[in-house]
Amino acid sequence: MPRRLLWAMPPVALLALFFLYPLALVVQQSLQPDSGGTSVQPYADVFASEAFRHALWTTVWLALASTAGCMVLGLLLALVIAFVPFPGAKAVARFVDVFLSFPSFLITLALLFIYGSVGMANGLWTDITGAADGPFQFLTTPWGVLLAEVTYFTPFVMRPLLAAFSQLDTAQLEAAGSLGARAPRIVRQVILPEALPALAAGGSLVLVLCLNEFGIVLFTGAKGVTTLPMLVYSKAILESDYSGACVVAVVNVLISVGLYGLYRVVSRRAGA
Amino acid sequence: MLVHSRKGRWAVWAVFLVLFVPLFALPLLVVLGASFATHWSGVLPSGLTTAHYRSATRGEALQALTTSLVTALTASLLALAAGAWAALAGAALNKRHRRILDALFVLPVAVPSVVVGLSVLVAFSKPPMLLNGTRWIVILAHTVLVTAFAHQSVSAAITRLDPAYEQVAASLGARPGYVLWRVRLPLLLPSLTAAAGLCIALSMGELSATMMLYPPDWTPLPVLIYAATDRGALFTGSAVAVVLMAATLFTLFAVSRIGAKASYR
Repeated sequence: MPRRLLWAMPPVALLALFFLYPLALVVQQSLQPDSGGTSVQPYADVFASEAFRHALWTTVWLALASTAGCMVLGLLLALVIAFVPFPGAKAVARFVDVFLSFPSFLITLALLFIYGSVGMANGLWTDITGAADGPFQFLTTPWGVLLAEVTYFTPFVMRPLLAAFSQLDTAQLEAAGSLGARAPRIVRQVILPEALPALAAGGSLVLVLCLNEFGIVLFTGAKGVTTLPMLVYSKAILESDYSGACVVAVVNVLISVGLYGLYRVVSRRAGA
Repeated sequence: MLVHSRKGRWAVWAVFLVLFVPLFALPLLVVLGASFATHWSGVLPSGLTTAHYRSATRGEALQALTTSLVTALTASLLALAAGAWAALAGAALNKRHRRILDALFVLPVAVPSVVVGLSVLVAFSKPPMLLNGTRWIVILAHTVLVTAFAHQSVSAAITRLDPAYEQVAASLGARPGYVLWRVRLPLLLPSLTAAAGLCIALSMGELSATMMLYPPDWTPLPVLIYAATDRGALFTGSAVAVVLMAATLFTLFAVSRIGAKASYR
């Protein structure tokens, strides 16, 4: 073995011991039902259960909807920061960076105060109308999770977009503008084609992160909102059903690693 | 400038404010406001108090803060060592081998952290490597989760490195170890500290894998915040969350200062 390859071995060995070997054990455990032996029985059991199918569906549509929301919102906000700058736009961009370094569950915690059953919005409503309770009761439904995910993950779309926008030659915009193109047309025909790779890369990263999101769902604390990561947690820790948890884990890993591979291909093509 | 008319600009800014303030600024302000309150049933919090901070900076919460800091610093140092080593060794490999190495080290990003927690739990709950119930299982999981980010940012910096410096050093007779220690690592220092900051921030806020693994005597701050809100103590939870945010920002600031100081030397 050449010496260069030898130098790469220690970190790979550590990764194999602490990450790949445990993952392999999860796959092995998912094929071992409690009754002993090796079979695909755990898979059949899990796939047949209503809870799993419900969780799978919830995970997928929540992730897709959050990603769509983040992309639209992120594009809109990044466009304004980059091309219609206002005093303090730089500070807002820095605030977005700081936002990224906070954990996701803080958003759910904050939403409890804003839209919770006795929070700000409902308090305002009951004060004005005198009604007994307010109209905002969506926090413990999937819509609450959706709102939290869109809020938390939008900066992940904005960052690559702002980087791409900063490399765009503004002379192109001026030329298009002086030729009579209006703002929507400049966005559609000049800015978007340039920014599309960054938008796609940001969007697919957010899709993977949403599929794997746990903190937001845990803090929402609703029985009705169960996603795959939540199911792994509740099966393993609350029910001690390890082979069931491992089956769900394998499914979750396959979905997100597949999508992440797609993200890598897209972002490599985008040169990001 | 995309919108030229004054009216149009103000309209765009108004839309920006309407979207940005409630979605992004309000949540952080609300957590901050709630941490000083005892009630929140109207527009503004009521019953101003600092009692939550008194309980959030002593006893159980103080211990959780040191737990989080020790976990984050240990995990980040280990991850940085492993990730930077892999990135440096990978840069010397040919393209095919480097692809494989990159793919291996990026995998922990794609695997859900809950699953990383589960896999570590399954693997290290039995002899010969019995770590379950000790603090090391938490630190180990955090290290695995942040190594990918350390590797990614260091290897991105290596590709931007000007090879002329090391070639000059080598042509003057410096041995590879000397070139690494005196030329490449100092040049990489800014990206190493940036990677350290990223790792620390991620580890301080890590909840998913930690929930699967933490032993009772090693409770990081996010777990404590969850425990507080789960039993309905939302205002105490907010105070602990503010402590977590402040500690994260302070650590990031300290790390970037250390990096700036070291690079001027």
